[in-house]
Amino acid sequence: MATKASKAAARLMISPAVLLLLGWMIAPLALTLYFSFLRYNLIMPGDNLFVGWENYYWFLTDPSFKAAMINTLVLVGGVLCVTVLGGIGFALLLEKPMFGQGIIRIMVIAPFFVMPTVSALIWKNMFMNPVNGIFGQIASGLGFAPIDFFGQFPLLSIIFIVSWQWLPFATLILLTALQSLDQEQLEAAEMDGASWLNRFRFIMLPHLARAITVVILIQTIFLLSTFAEILVTTNGGPGTATTNLTYLVYVSSLLQFDVGMGSAGGVIAIILANIVAIFLMRMIGKNLDA
Amino acid sequence: MARSVSTRSKVLNTAVAGTLGFLMVFPILWILILSLKTEEDAIRAPLEVLFNSGWTFDSYGAVQARSDYFKHFFNSVIISVGSTFLGLMIAIPAAWAMAFVPGKRTKDVLMWMLSTKMLPPVGVLVPIYLIFRDTGLLDSRLGLTLVLMLINMPIIIWMLYTYFREIPGEILEAARMDGASLRSEILYVLTPMAVPGIASTVLLNIILAWNEAFWTLNLTAAKAAPLTAFIASYSSPEGLFYAKLSAASIMAIAPILILGWFSQKQLVRGLTFGAVK
Repeated sequence: MATKASKAAARLMISPAVLLLLGWMIAPLALTLYFSFLRYNLIMPGDNLFVGWENYYWFLTDPSFKAAMINTLVLVGGVLCVTVLGGIGFALLLEKPMFGQGIIRIMVIAPFFVMPTVSALIWKNMFMNPVNGIFGQIASGLGFAPIDFFGQFPLLSIIFIVSWQWLPFATLILLTALQSLDQEQLEAAEMDGASWLNRFRFIMLPHLARAITVVILIQTIFLLSTFAEILVTTNGGPGTATTNLTYLVYVSSLLQFDVGMGSAGGVIAIILANIVAIFLMRMIGKNLDA
Repeated sequence: MARSVSTRSKVLNTAVAGTLGFLMVFPILWILILSLKTEEDAIRAPLEVLFNSGWTFDSYGAVQARSDYFKHFFNSVIISVGSTFLGLMIAIPAAWAMAFVPGKRTKDVLMWMLSTKMLPPVGVLVPIYLIFRDTGLLDSRLGLTLVLMLINMPIIIWMLYTYFREIPGEILEAARMDGASLRSEILYVLTPMAVPGIASTVLLNIILAWNEAFWTLNLTAAKAAPLTAFIASYSSPEGLFYAKLSAASIMAIAPILILGWFSQKQLVRGLTFGAVK
């Protein structure tokens, strides 16, 4: 009897959260889907005709869509490479005994707490600016021609900035995973004469596999939505050189006021994110049973 | 003998890790230095800046005068703290129920909640923008607080859930036996035991809300703009005033760097939804 009552109470306590999230998810999603089939432009008020797949057709065949897809993949892939490899390196290093471990750890983690607009602006101006930035000044000081990072390598520069922000995240998670590794197993392997490389390859890496997967999946979710770094540095340019899918949807809906087109892009972004999400959810779900 | 070798390798580790750590944190240190220089000094060569120029706090005052730092600071505080506590009020009962009275569908509900977090914001940008425009929530602190509460709700519930699950259920059972009502059970038994977990949840979510830079940039203009948008306003030509940009940046990130210091241990659990502990 008590259980029945508490079950009912439990349901009552969960329902506000469920209803809110349901509303937050269903209503805008339904609207996005609905808008994506309309000819709906905010600066050309009209009767918002139903146009079927027209928006999708134009969005998908627009050359900037292809550019945005490639940029999105390069951005996500590039940042993942840097942060996962760098994160493994940092984690292995930080796990070793050293003086002032706490302070060094905090120094490595600090960039994660810097808001995206700040990190983008300080890298853009104080470091990558060809005239007054540190890199430019060092280059001229050494007699080289300074590099105009955002002019010559716009996407690479953004990958660099975003990697700086996410490397701490990867490091922290991989370090946490590494610390849960059974030390005796490592020592036994060492006694048996296993080289460091073999210990890494056959003991540490398999142990880290799960954490690495989590890092990749979670970062992918966040990186697909990279926005502020692009907005304050390049505005998606030059041309479409740094326009990713998120930025393209922003441009069509909030700058060109094309609600229909923007919504079609939004639906495509949702589909892409879901592909990643399914894998992530499976990993987390498995953990819930354990 | 063995000890001396280990000290040597310890020194070596410290040197390598310290150098890399310094490189990671250097941009933050550098803008801290630039923020204490005059504009003329701030664009000189790095060594000149370091060893051959005076120090001044003028830039901090100039930033406040130019763009009203405190208004944006309070917007950030209200939005991040407000969304976190509002979210907490809804999430604590939900997480409590799922942790202590798990039903057949609890796992599904949890997974579904998580899935809402996977929704790319740009996918719902247009409708949210239009709804906000039509209801007058655009550029309002209330609107932004609600949005941030909703996008962080899954993380809050998940973090609380993983913490609550570590509280032994027998203690709650005992309280119930002793005749504690549901309300006093939550208030006097559960809450004190859950405070550390709740505290880290609060900390992490304030950080996430403070740094959120998609909705804050797209849904605010002048009135409700938090610090993320305040800094973005420096991306125009004024960005070339290095000392002021540095001072503004330091003022925007300092509060969160301090909170982050305290929350680094909980970060992993919160951001991986308990998948890595």
